[in-house]
Amino acid sequence: MFYIHCPYCDEYRDEEEFHPKGQAHIARPEDPESCTDEQWGAYLFFRDNPRGIHHELWVHAIGCRKFFNITRNSASYEILETYRMGEQPRFSAEHPEGKSAEQGAAVNVADEAGVVAGQEGVKA
Amino acid sequence: MSDITYGKVATFNTHPDTSIPMESPLSVAFNTGSVPAATSGSRVLFKEQAFLGHLILRGGAIVLDEAVRKVLGISLPGQPLGLALDASGERSVQWLSPDEWLVIVPGGEELDVEQRLRDALGDAHYAIVDVSGGQTLVELSGEKARELLMKSTPYDVHPEAFPVGKGVTTVFAKANLILRRPTEERWELVLRRSFADYVYRWILDAGAEYAIGVEE
Repeated sequence: MFYIHCPYCDEYRDEEEFHPKGQAHIARPEDPESCTDEQWGAYLFFRDNPRGIHHELWVHAIGCRKFFNITRNSASYEILETYRMGEQPRFSAEHPEGKSAEQGAAVNVADEAGVVAGQEGVKA
Repeated sequence: MSDITYGKVATFNTHPDTSIPMESPLSVAFNTGSVPAATSGSRVLFKEQAFLGHLILRGGAIVLDEAVRKVLGISLPGQPLGLALDASGERSVQWLSPDEWLVIVPGGEELDVEQRLRDALGDAHYAIVDVSGGQTLVELSGEKARELLMKSTPYDVHPEAFPVGKGVTTVFAKANLILRRPTEERWELVLRRSFADYVYRWILDAGAEYAIGVEE
């Protein structure tokens, strides 16, 4: 039995409360009318089945009933992280050890710098 | 307290004639099953608070908070799993999900509260649904109440993990319900109508060793 961290309830809950809903981060084609049959078929029916790190959509079905994402290792079943809809994963096949905190911090610093610069721009 | 239509939403009194008898979701269990009486030896007590007003509020926390403060005098629990009660302890607002709250008020007040909330919310983006008929509230108390819960739910009900003022939606005896702790010695279970009979029988079975008693 797993304990899974729900990013909305912000605590670990029993696996029994959750349902998996398949692969995460599948973007619907912006203009379905102009898709080829192959593109639309790939969007509707074809899913990755990697051995190793995989991003999945889960729902906290008996709980807050929100959908969220899990990064999971399909070989070891290890859950590396859970994150809200719209957020990007820290762990991925390219970054199996996770993007370092420094990299993350660097992004934040850059963001803050950008915000400050913007505010100063407004003042000027 | 009369029927008012807000835009496309009609609000109406769901029980306009008090001569029409109401039946709680547990009435079948009470009338056909066993109802062990509470005795001095009962270490768990079961009590249904039937016919309370249950409202589901959906919308953004900031806009709802203002309206709930104005109408009920309770600040909306913004943190996950929060449960807030008014001074009398009769009215409560519980966090269910980031954009959903459960309001429970004494029976008969729900239409008035709903209409005052709608007045306060105006054109804001929100939804209020009266779910009083769909669920019921049950109280468990007594020295062994927590042990009964430990047998029934995988959720950690240790006082450190489950302080007063917390409420969760979780698995209970393979069904699901809302489990909340408004005071130190009392637990509340919000049961769906369709699960009520089953959960009641489960609780009697689980509580048999503690000489569970049902209070009228």
